[in-house]
Amino acid sequence: MRDVRQIYPFTRPAELDSTEQSHVPVIIVGAGPIGMAMGLDLALQGIRSIILDDDNKVSIGSRAICWSKRALEVLDRLGCGERMLEKGVTWNLGKVFFGEQKEPVYGFNMLEEEDQQFPGFINLQQYYVEEYLIDEIDKQDLTGIRWENEVTDVRQTADGATVSISTPDGDYELDCGYVIAADGSRSPVRKMLGFDFGGETFQDHFLIADIRMKADFPTERWFWFDPSFNPGQSALLHKQPDDVWRLDFQLGWDIDREEELKPENVSRRIRAMLGEDFEFDFEWVSIYTFQCRQMERFVHDRVIFVGDAAHLVSPFGARGANSGLQDVDNLGWKLALILNGKAPADLLESYNDERVKAARENILNSTRATDFITPKSDTSRIFRNAALELARDYEFARRFVNSGRLSVACIHDDSMLNTTDGYSFNSKLVPGSPGIDAPLTVHGKKSWFLKLIGNEFTAVYFAREGEKIPSAAIELEQDSIPVKTIVITPGTWDLADHKGLLRQRLDGQPGSYHLFRPDQHLVARWREFDPEAVRKAVAQATMQPAPGESS
Amino acid sequence: MSKKLRTEPRIEDPDDFYARLIALHEGLSSEQSHDLNCRLILLLANHIGKQKALVEALDIVRNYRP
Repeated sequence: MRDVRQIYPFTRPAELDSTEQSHVPVIIVGAGPIGMAMGLDLALQGIRSIILDDDNKVSIGSRAICWSKRALEVLDRLGCGERMLEKGVTWNLGKVFFGEQKEPVYGFNMLEEEDQQFPGFINLQQYYVEEYLIDEIDKQDLTGIRWENEVTDVRQTADGATVSISTPDGDYELDCGYVIAADGSRSPVRKMLGFDFGGETFQDHFLIADIRMKADFPTERWFWFDPSFNPGQSALLHKQPDDVWRLDFQLGWDIDREEELKPENVSRRIRAMLGEDFEFDFEWVSIYTFQCRQMERFVHDRVIFVGDAAHLVSPFGARGANSGLQDVDNLGWKLALILNGKAPADLLESYNDERVKAARENILNSTRATDFITPKSDTSRIFRNAALELARDYEFARRFVNSGRLSVACIHDDSMLNTTDGYSFNSKLVPGSPGIDAPLTVHGKKSWFLKLIGNEFTAVYFAREGEKIPSAAIELEQDSIPVKTIVITPGTWDLADHKGLLRQRLDGQPGSYHLFRPDQHLVARWREFDPEAVRKAVAQATMQPAPGESS
Repeated sequence: MSKKLRTEPRIEDPDDFYARLIALHEGLSSEQSHDLNCRLILLLANHIGKQKALVEALDIVRNYRP
């Protein structure tokens, strides 16, 4: 098995040698991918935070491996997207197998639309992602990780929270404005505060074997229902970088855990699946059960929950880390506006509403996939097999086959932050949708639309031929919550929609003005630019009284 | 209109269809019949297509449950 990659040394916190208690705007509990992304996002917003972790290393084993397009877009805003794309294995094709037959029942393609920077998915071991995030954090003055700093208590106060921390050198306390609990599915913070985590545990076991081998299987996600090498159960094969392959075997409920984990027994399973001709080494072996759970609320006054601490899904669908990163994306700018006194604390309610709804959607998808993969009754199994058999010959039946509905970005279409359309747009996007990417050129250099928006309210104005940026749009940049406007002018070189795809994807007829939130979600759009309408929309998106109204 | 489940008589030759349906199951074990019924339901459900009609059908049969 792989050794621990690197030990991150404990550094004695200054607080242990000081009588004064330090105050930091935000304390983040947990230096997993979600906690680290949170620290980075806040740093980009100019907010100082400290990330506390009870351990001193990145995750052991590959763990999360499938990173969705939206998660990559978020991570790109935080500085890691291109490294991940370069190292990761890009895949778009999946195949589903059923029973003894060697031929797949059908195949599917995850790629919806080309000409976007990021593919539908890449596979990359979680420890790489954590290492890339650590590298980005090292570049930031506003955030940092304190390894081997275990949170032992959290007490809410009138205007913040006090956190008790235990270290190898002694204990200390920190005061903060907000605590963000990113401390994973077993969240100690959630337990300390006695919050709910309702849901169900599924009566099933799965064996993950990540192995290193040279094999020329295509870069596709292969999923088996009831294969001859694992009768009555399911299995999965998926490629990661460095010649690592993820094998996942469903085991059922009544198993002898220790027996199943013995290397000779794992090897026997692998040989049955792949044949005798492969040399392989183990990278990581683990048996897991899974649960679908979520907190009723993610915001509890000064303590905010993100990622697995707030919601937990089965792995089929890759909706764990990918949804946690969307929590971060949603929360960072809102918390920054509140801490900077530019928005009321109520804005956190929109984080709660939008992400609780997203978690419900993820759990619904995950539960449905689980019920298809592991039918709970004989009739359920017969229907499943009927769907799989029909799927060989009929396309309609393939729509029933569910080996995991893979993570797509959540659309906050009923968010209270949106401004309702006053015009019709011929676009897949609605207010609440994440922005769609498109290739652009900036002074002749290739770039992407999503690289140009985010971190602040950004609008795109589709100018008429020869038209310059309206002066009122420049004034919007001076507002207390500024709006930056990027202008697409036909026939100019500064910023060109050279393939016309942004115009096409947003329905950007000349004069159209699309406003995006700092998390790149579309929040309002118009056929004509009207600065007062934009100010109203920004006020709505930040839960303030509309301009001109008294508060 | 078309979205609602149609429950007025519509099958052109009901006796013929019924006889074929029964003949289909002749000589099959309960398990085999069950299997076949499931495929039939999925095929016909796709033909109907409309979510509202399908959900209505589920509601109707639910009320016949002993």
